[in-house]
Amino acid sequence: MTLHGFTTSWKSAAATLALGLVLLAALPSVLDDYTLLQVTIYLVMSVLAVSLGFIWGFSGILCFGQAAFFGLGAYTYAIAVVNLNDSTVPLLLSIAVPALFAAALGYVIFYGRLSDVYMGVITLTVTLILFNLVNSTAGPEWKIGNAPLGGFNGIPAIPPLNWPGDIDATITPRGMFNLSFGVLLAVYAGLRWLIASRIGHVIIAIKENEQRAQLLGYDARAYKLFAFTLGGAIAGLAGCLFANWGAFTSPTIFGLAQSAQIIIWVIVGGLGTLVGPVVGCMLIQWLTTQIGTQQTFNSNLVLGAILVVFVLLVPRGLVPSLGDLLAKLFQRRPAVPAEPVGRVEKGRA
Amino acid sequence: MDLALVVVIQVLYGIASLVIVSAGLAVIFGMMKVINLAHGEFLMLGGYSVVMAVQFGINLWIAIFIVAPIAVGLVGIVLERLVIRRLYGRMVDTMLATWGLSLLLIGIVTSVFGNTTAGISTPLGSFRVGGYSVSVYTLLIIAVAVVLGLALRAVLTKTQFGLIARGTMQNPAMADALGISPSKVYSATFAVGAALSGLAGGLLAPLTGVVPTMGAAFVAKAFITVIGGGPAILTGLASAAGFFGAINQVATFLSTPVFGEVALLLAAIVMLRLLPQGITGRFFKGSL
Amino acid sequence: MQRRHFLKSTGAGAAALAGGSGLLLPYAALAADEIAIGSIHDLSGGLDIYGKPMADALTLALEEQNAAGGLLGRKLRLATYDPQSNMQLYTQFAQQAALKDKVAVVHGGITSASREVIRPVLDRSKTLYFYNTQYEGGVCDRNIFCTGVTPAQTVGKLVPYAMKKWGKKIYVVAADYNYGQITSQWVKKFAQENGGSTVAIEFFPLDVTNFGPTISKIEAAKPDMLFSALVGGAHISFYRQWAAAGLNKKIPLASSTFGGGNEQIVLSAEEANGYLLSYNYFETIATPANKDFLARFHKRFGADYPCVTELAMGTYQGFKLWAEGVTKAGSIETPKMIAALESGISIDAPSGKVTIDPQTHHCILNVSLAEVKDKKFNILENYAQQAPSDTSAVCDLKKNPRDNQQYVIKA
Repeated sequence: MTLHGFTTSWKSAAATLALGLVLLAALPSVLDDYTLLQVTIYLVMSVLAVSLGFIWGFSGILCFGQAAFFGLGAYTYAIAVVNLNDSTVPLLLSIAVPALFAAALGYVIFYGRLSDVYMGVITLTVTLILFNLVNSTAGPEWKIGNAPLGGFNGIPAIPPLNWPGDIDATITPRGMFNLSFGVLLAVYAGLRWLIASRIGHVIIAIKENEQRAQLLGYDARAYKLFAFTLGGAIAGLAGCLFANWGAFTSPTIFGLAQSAQIIIWVIVGGLGTLVGPVVGCMLIQWLTTQIGTQQTFNSNLVLGAILVVFVLLVPRGLVPSLGDLLAKLFQRRPAVPAEPVGRVEKGRA
Repeated sequence: MDLALVVVIQVLYGIASLVIVSAGLAVIFGMMKVINLAHGEFLMLGGYSVVMAVQFGINLWIAIFIVAPIAVGLVGIVLERLVIRRLYGRMVDTMLATWGLSLLLIGIVTSVFGNTTAGISTPLGSFRVGGYSVSVYTLLIIAVAVVLGLALRAVLTKTQFGLIARGTMQNPAMADALGISPSKVYSATFAVGAALSGLAGGLLAPLTGVVPTMGAAFVAKAFITVIGGGPAILTGLASAAGFFGAINQVATFLSTPVFGEVALLLAAIVMLRLLPQGITGRFFKGSL
Repeated sequence: MQRRHFLKSTGAGAAALAGGSGLLLPYAALAADEIAIGSIHDLSGGLDIYGKPMADALTLALEEQNAAGGLLGRKLRLATYDPQSNMQLYTQFAQQAALKDKVAVVHGGITSASREVIRPVLDRSKTLYFYNTQYEGGVCDRNIFCTGVTPAQTVGKLVPYAMKKWGKKIYVVAADYNYGQITSQWVKKFAQENGGSTVAIEFFPLDVTNFGPTISKIEAAKPDMLFSALVGGAHISFYRQWAAAGLNKKIPLASSTFGGGNEQIVLSAEEANGYLLSYNYFETIATPANKDFLARFHKRFGADYPCVTELAMGTYQGFKLWAEGVTKAGSIETPKMIAALESGISIDAPSGKVTIDPQTHHCILNVSLAEVKDKKFNILENYAQQAPSDTSAVCDLKKNPRDNQQYVIKA
């Protein structure tokens, strides 16, 4: 009940967006260049986290291979921009190609009536296939147009985004920050609007009880396919931003580890919310970076411990639990104490 | 002619190694519907136990067949008590908790042992098939896989423990009503699954390097084999391993190991599309 | 109802976002007097077998320098980063080293992939970069100095020697990324130059462990020798399976990568004996300078340290070269350091004399040829002062100081 209320109230969306806009305007003047760069990659990954948070938390699709769309977006952008020079079409392609792939894959899954575990396996195998294929393209014969795929080395020195029409007006690090934050806010706003709309309600209904939704006349497969494709498109956009931030892309983007990371972000942050995955992503990314700069603890050890602790103790994730905590603090005391049924007043027979 | 025989041996080896590697996961998933993503790390721990045992002077075979399963079985019991037990019925949560456990185990082993550990060379030497050398150890793996399958079958159908386990798996409430403690059965089953994984790791230790991250190469394939096999534990395991293992090895022979992997993965997708409940969801229904 | 939800969501969102940005605010700067040096090596993940010895060697070199009074009267401080075999973290840490910790130099990068990821970052921020791993050659960039050996220096000696000893037909197995791709082309070239041929070249991605069918294919081809450019922990299983099939006794093997990750310790003596290698440095080099170095190394890291690898020594030497440059330049400003390093810097290292070649920013150094024997290296030949002729054929930073790319050297 509380989670549902939270996610459908337009006021919470407006408040979060307002906060986001304030930060977008304020942070560049507060933080230095280096920190801004770090925040940018966290923002890009947050977009990816939101894509999985949407399809899993609101559509009930546990996709083990969200990294596949992320990687496709990055590679599509890289290959397209190396061939076309101007970045407008590559940007659009990096959204379209993963979306098409998601649509095809989704068709196979949903119209084949596969249920959660089996779907998890298929999405996992898809991302592994992509990883294996792209990883073995190191030879010089593997190129699309002018762009060698590079295999394990990936594609380095990717030209950055530029203003449509003007190849030399490339994006600056500050511009990259603004763009990433802007995309995150836009995606958030768009998804909140979608969830509040009729289509969103149907999608959530299908997640809660697919059979009932079908009996009411909605084709669950089509709605799930739509949600899945949308998630794939958003992940692809995140991939494009990633390729811009690092100016490189490599096959590890498709790997098992990357897919697992996305799932961990969503779980730690809170399944069923959109802010949750963002929080989880930022926290884990920051932690991973910090762990890499100290030598005392092995990084796997720390991450593993955190994950286990979270699943056991904070199973709903950070944001819902934090929200519940705040709700308790601000709860109004009830006006009339609750009376047990059949209570007899003292002193009376 | 020689090549054909070598290919056959390699294919059988591929199937056998899939069986061995997936057996533990099959028991745990088939019996308790727990997706144990720390499976690869159980393998790794089995490998390390064998290496350590051999360094202490224990005979290699005792290390592989006795020390490794027991050591990892114990680890399994501990983990089940501490973590898995609280998450029964929550499939996604167990997946995530076991993923966390897998990272944790890798981290602990790396911190304790470091990344360079002396391994063990493959015993038993090789023999010639016409112009080709084949390692005798390969044949051993095939033999062990067969024995393992038969032993599991025997335990599940002919022993008291097997009967109780199957009963609890089918209907825990009823088993509980009959005086059997499901949590004890789950503990024991998890331990057995872990021990099987430890055995697999021990067997593989002489073939692949023993490094903290060795489990990662196997977890995905084991996962796919077990899920592809469907609800029946043994028949599912055998049929899925047979199908995928054969495709993998044949494709590897025809091209490169990478395409062997890709072929296995593509076969998994196609198969799951056609048989959404796994192989034994449609064929061999009702078998063990 | 509405107010509660409103507060809950804003509160949670605000706490999270503010807390998140707060965590990112830069913390206190380092002591004003110290010179910071960045070390970006994988200490976990699949490449840690290479990274850890390199980071250790750098630590030793830095501590020795501090004990001798530091550089320019200032103490040195090591900023160590562990990218966990993850490219994204390589980029992040390169940015951190350059922009936040403002290091004077970065020593790091193991695979060519990781080098190519951080090279542009360090170029942009004008932070000096030392790449100390042996690689496939061809990097032409004024901001980087490559102290590792390249194919002309090692493979160029290894292949003719092996062919003379064993025969003319070579079967090549290599890691499937640009190092393996390019090195195998060099093997082919050197083979042809000496009247031989490469029977087949096969590539394996870094995570492959199933070599059974490959081994049968090698047998079917009946080569005189095998050349391995395999890389990483997973590829060790090739050597294992090769020995399991008894083939290490039948078909001899030469390698340009074996030993870089202490494979000779992981494998048993039986499995690895007879493998032919060629590097700048082996622990068994019998000069007084090397013996002294090993004594100091073991004193610092323990007598049971596995083995000082070629890559570790490359890092040690890279640091020493950089320190020479700084002393000569009298400053840690990048343009001045580069000018000094280009003016003909030499050091006497445990492997012998190492000189920076101004034209290519690569090194002229000694190369030895050795075979593996009982987990140690038995040195067979020594070649003094080998020049990086593969890179100098395509790169001239004196004539084109603005050159900035990696030439893919066609054999």
